Amino acid sequence: MKNKNLVSITDFTKEEYLRILELAAEFEKNPRQDILNAYVISTLFFEPSTRTRLSFETAINGLGGRVIGFSDSGATSASKGETLHDTIKMVSNYADLIVMRHPLEGSARLASEVSSVPIVNAGDGANQHPTQTLLDMYSILKTQGTLENLKIFMVGDLKYGRTVHSLLQAMSKFNTTFYFISPDELKMPPAYKLVLDEIGLNYYEGRDLNEFLDEADIIYMTRVQQERFTDPIEYERVKNAYILRREMLEGCKETMKVLHPLPRVNEIHTDVDDSPHAYYFDQARNGVYTRMAILSAILGVK
Amino acid sequence: MKDKRLSVSAIKNGTVIDHIPAEALFKVVSILKLDSIDNMITIGNSLESGKLGKKGIIKLSEVFFHDNEINKIAMVAPCAKLNIIRNYEVADKKVVQIPDEIVGIVKCVNPKCITNNEEVTTRFKVVSKAEVKLKCHYCEKITDRDNIQIT
Repeated sequence: MKNKNLVSITDFTKEEYLRILELAAEFEKNPRQDILNAYVISTLFFEPSTRTRLSFETAINGLGGRVIGFSDSGATSASKGETLHDTIKMVSNYADLIVMRHPLEGSARLASEVSSVPIVNAGDGANQHPTQTLLDMYSILKTQGTLENLKIFMVGDLKYGRTVHSLLQAMSKFNTTFYFISPDELKMPPAYKLVLDEIGLNYYEGRDLNEFLDEADIIYMTRVQQERFTDPIEYERVKNAYILRREMLEGCKETMKVLHPLPRVNEIHTDVDDSPHAYYFDQARNGVYTRMAILSAILGVK
Repeated sequence: MKDKRLSVSAIKNGTVIDHIPAEALFKVVSILKLDSIDNMITIGNSLESGKLGKKGIIKLSEVFFHDNEINKIAMVAPCAKLNIIRNYEVADKKVVQIPDEIVGIVKCVNPKCITNNEEVTTRFKVVSKAEVKLKCHYCEKITDRDNIQIT
């Protein structure tokens, strides 16, 4: 993986996913390692993101690396009209690796073609956010002991949610059975179902969150946003149908975990938080170990 | 009496592109950049056609295309047929085939794609040749036949 870009989750193979997850487990056991002390990593956040940026910077600092960058493009020459092309050309002269988030889709792919150092995509608009997918996979592996043959429920906005699309692409390599639970307006797009059809994986689609929950190994929640609906009456009708409550989890498998990419608004009721099934805050912590693993694999120090 | 017909009949040497769907004719003109060559060109559109309903036809004098150049028009005119004319005779007949990758020419349908916001040459993988679905190399969104805009 040395010097490889991580722009889209499909850039990595199944073996590479597993190697990253193995390294993440190693970093979780031993999170203070001075292995990046010779490296400068640039974090370029052209749009604000608290969680992802802090998670990357915690990972870099924990491994002794140094960070240069910005957290808001307003304070940079991008606000003077500098192109992304030129910013990346310049920064790749300074840093050994660039972590970037940008509001435009495809920006990270362009950066990877311009840069002389590897690019890690920390989110390009609604397109890809592969480090989120890898930390989701690490959370699944850690709680289930395996990635193979699991039943994963994806709930809420399956049409626009980039996290569910990338997770589907990655987990489709592990014989996963997917259950897509969403209102009709926000169903999983055909292009992603086609990915599953081509591999020959089974999936189910439904509107009722209460159905079959007892079969789930993982429930992956996303938020149903009002602005996605053209008809406000339709939104009012469905908005409460996709809120996960503690009593709904009663018949579930003991090992079942609820994941959420966060931030949560109201789609997981707070009464779930102290349930043994709640895992979304631990999931966020796993992000640091996963990002340590990604950075050190790409820099070739592990 | 003076003959008032236009001289649109035969060409001595060149290419005739036939069976272009009428609504795609001007896209073909853009793709092949016919607006910037000064050879003799005759364009007919909305002509009666048994097969297509209404079709367009382009006759180009002294113009010959490379396969990879002419194949680009298959995106908008998949049934187009080419007659290569030499010395007033049809020397060769060709059909067009959509290529695996399209570089430049097409604009990505996604307004939030980097290619629509910064000077970048577009690149698409052709994921379906039958329905014409182009997947953007950058934003990964699909542009389909109805949304194809020529840059």
